Amino acid sequence: MAISVDSPAESQNLCRKAGYTYPFLSDPNTEVIRRYDVLHKGAGIKGHDIARPAEFLIDSSGTIRWINLTDDLRVRARPDQMLQAASALGSH
Amino acid sequence: MPNEVPTNTGPAKRRPNTPLWIGFLIAIFAFLSYIPIFAKYPITRDMPWVNFLLFALALVFLLVGLRRAFAQSNLYRGKIAGPILTTISVATLVLFCVFTFSLGKHLPPSTQGPKIGQKAPDFALTDTNGATVTLASLLSSPVSASQPTKGVVLIFYRGYW
Repeated sequence: MAISVDSPAESQNLCRKAGYTYPFLSDPNTEVIRRYDVLHKGAGIKGHDIARPAEFLIDSSGTIRWINLTDDLRVRARPDQMLQAASALGSH
Repeated sequence: MPNEVPTNTGPAKRRPNTPLWIGFLIAIFAFLSYIPIFAKYPITRDMPWVNFLLFALALVFLLVGLRRAFAQSNLYRGKIAGPILTTISVATLVLFCVFTFSLGKHLPPSTQGPKIGQKAPDFALTDTNGATVTLASLLSSPVSASQPTKGVVLIFYRGYW
């Protein structure tokens, strides 16, 4: 599940180009982005507020089990880190 | 004497200083290659060691070139080009360090968000088909008929791709 301030059309374009198959959600008013406290004020084009990179793993009961808040734009969670966190869920 | 043949080889006879140019080109490549090539792989992205190796190689070539230009100036060219190319290369390295180690770090702290062990705040957002998706619906919809969902990963990203 990917969330950004991009419009559904922009996200659809990205999915088509990059071949992503998981859902992309639009949060143009940064409502959910602020609820998860991952707002990056004024960092977007023309000073718009956008999301900072962040990943949250939520188990089936709705409880957060793993969070990755990078301190560097270049360094994001890697697929293997996410899979490792997710497989830890399965063992419970 | 006007007709005396110069004993020293003149500028026209001096050889081109190739290491200077090789070093310069490697430095430019080290700078430009990070985003299209090495940032794609986590092993060369998180710490750009390949790019730093390339910069080191570039400096070796440049130093060899400078040595030739100044210690063997009767044989090689490069007294003017050498310092210029070296300065540009070093400036490129400095710029690369600024880009990789400083620019990406101006992220706001996130301290008020939900923590591990807490309930994830529910939301309702529009997906690319225009349908409204809630966290609750994602958590309750099974992966397949026999497999209930184990969880959901939320990936917040900057957008504008």
